[in-house]
Amino acid sequence: MHGYLVFVGKRLLQLLAVIFFGVSATFLVTHLSPINPVEAALGRMTARSVSNPEAITAMRAALTELYGVNEPIWSQYINFWSRLVQGDFGPSLLAFPTPAMTLVMRALPWTVTLLTVATLITFAIGNVMGGLAGYNQNNRFLKAFGLVAIGIQPIPYYVVAFILLILFGFVWPILPISGGFAMNVTPGWNWPYISSVIQHATLPALSLVLVGFGGWFLGMRALVSNVVTEDYVTYAELAGVKRTTIVGSYVMRNALVPQLTALAMALGGVFSGTVITEQVFNYPGLGSLLIDAVNAGDYSLVLAVSSVSVTAVATAIFIVDLLYPILDPRVRAE
Amino acid sequence: MFAVFRDLIRYNIEFAIGLVLVGIVVIFACLSFFSPVDPSLIYTTIPDQPPSAQFWFGTNSRGQDMFWQLSAAFRNSLVFGFTVAVLSRIISIAVGLTAGYLGGWVDRVLMFINDIFVAVPIFPVLVLFYFVLRNNMDSLTLALIMACFGWPFDARLIRSVALGLKHREFTRHAVFAGMSTRKVLLEEHLPYVMPIVFSTFMNNMLWSIGLEVTLAVLGFTNINNPTIGTALYWANSHSAMVVGVWWWIVIPVILMVMTFIGLFLLAMSMNEYIDPRSRLRRMGA
Repeated sequence: MHGYLVFVGKRLLQLLAVIFFGVSATFLVTHLSPINPVEAALGRMTARSVSNPEAITAMRAALTELYGVNEPIWSQYINFWSRLVQGDFGPSLLAFPTPAMTLVMRALPWTVTLLTVATLITFAIGNVMGGLAGYNQNNRFLKAFGLVAIGIQPIPYYVVAFILLILFGFVWPILPISGGFAMNVTPGWNWPYISSVIQHATLPALSLVLVGFGGWFLGMRALVSNVVTEDYVTYAELAGVKRTTIVGSYVMRNALVPQLTALAMALGGVFSGTVITEQVFNYPGLGSLLIDAVNAGDYSLVLAVSSVSVTAVATAIFIVDLLYPILDPRVRAE
Repeated sequence: MFAVFRDLIRYNIEFAIGLVLVGIVVIFACLSFFSPVDPSLIYTTIPDQPPSAQFWFGTNSRGQDMFWQLSAAFRNSLVFGFTVAVLSRIISIAVGLTAGYLGGWVDRVLMFINDIFVAVPIFPVLVLFYFVLRNNMDSLTLALIMACFGWPFDARLIRSVALGLKHREFTRHAVFAGMSTRKVLLEEHLPYVMPIVFSTFMNNMLWSIGLEVTLAVLGFTNINNPTIGTALYWANSHSAMVVGVWWWIVIPVILMVMTFIGLFLLAMSMNEYIDPRSRLRRMGA
């Protein structure tokens, strides 16, 4: 138990370092760039209408005050962190004067739910099928499954999502292709709302699962086909242990440890995929918010979304890492 | 080297298929050197022509011949992926070999940095760079940024091999013979990690081209530079599917899927080749 606590402590330290460096990098990229947010915002505001010079000067002064860009960079940096720990990223320009953090918090549950459910399904399907395919190497169905996995796995998220959109939007319209829930239901704990949310999430989740399961399948198949050649598997077979027990308790459990490491490392990529999926299916999550913010040139909202997503992904990796000892008694013992 | 190649083609059907797919795409991309039109120009031909004997891949609503347009797009994308892969391989070899050989605090510091890079989600970071750089964001800048994020997985892999090499007899001989650390790493250890470098090279190209497609489709790159992603971006912005100009979307998607499956098969079969157990099983020994 003591060893586990030390392990958790070390990982926690690393988590904090990742968040610190990640968020600092976000700050530095935006603040050391040659582009001035005040001039950029002014340019956009005055592009479509004619304003008199006094109004522009006043606006420039107000925006300079708002962004605090007249101060030296280190004091901006300290200021940024002191406000950030209170969860304050300043007002969003996209939906002025709503704080950027409120918008992020509104979008976060959608993304987190979609990502968690899709990742769990993907991980489960890929590993179970991969494990079976590695153990029963001559099974025709599992071989065909492997071919499908190889075929779909390398295609980018965008293309898979787009093909699904065309199939279920134009060719066979049975599922909603846009939004988070239907217009005519009231959000809350009622059945029409929940079923509408599930229906709307089906296609985005399906695209994530389709792209994702192949990697787990191929990885697990390769791992298991190496594990089955180990002596203890032959011994268990000779001793008459049931095949299902061998696959479940001996082979797959051993092979699952490196897969868990891979899961922790893949989460960042899955998040990127979610951003695209949300954009394609117009899902009200962090990804759509980020893209809207970039298109609207909303400085504080972009900073807020990037910082929150860095933090969220790092935390998710931390949680996966904590699961290790549960799966692998060797780590627990150390 | 040649014998390895011959064996791979003979015993590994995946490698052969991958080679054919990638070969077709590379030849297609190389045709752009003989292109009669400048791919950055628009309205050079009749718009919205379906595929025919004159326009093999049809023409798009911007009045471009899709054959030459896509040829240039694939060349740019492949060059882009190649650049990212080369740059990030250099970083990962340097970090992996140094961390594995030197060990101690150098190893701990490098792996700590490595773990930070693994945990940072790349997509929001790239969008952030686009947000800041806007029109100054060209392919080379994007390649540099992505190379800075594409090395950590492979550095760890190379480090694990280098850890094993460190205690081998020949390393000790080399050190006693007075070889400098740099020489030991480059001349003694580097050849051992080259197979990993080659197989991760393909994977890295897949990753970077895929990300470029994603960014470009959203319009977050220089959209006037023809790449696979910008081809799709323009098709979408002209609602090609709805208007009925299906060849504008379908042909690039087919070619792209060919590229991705081809590169993936190459990476996978090389990976298998590195592991002698699966190689022997395949050869029927």
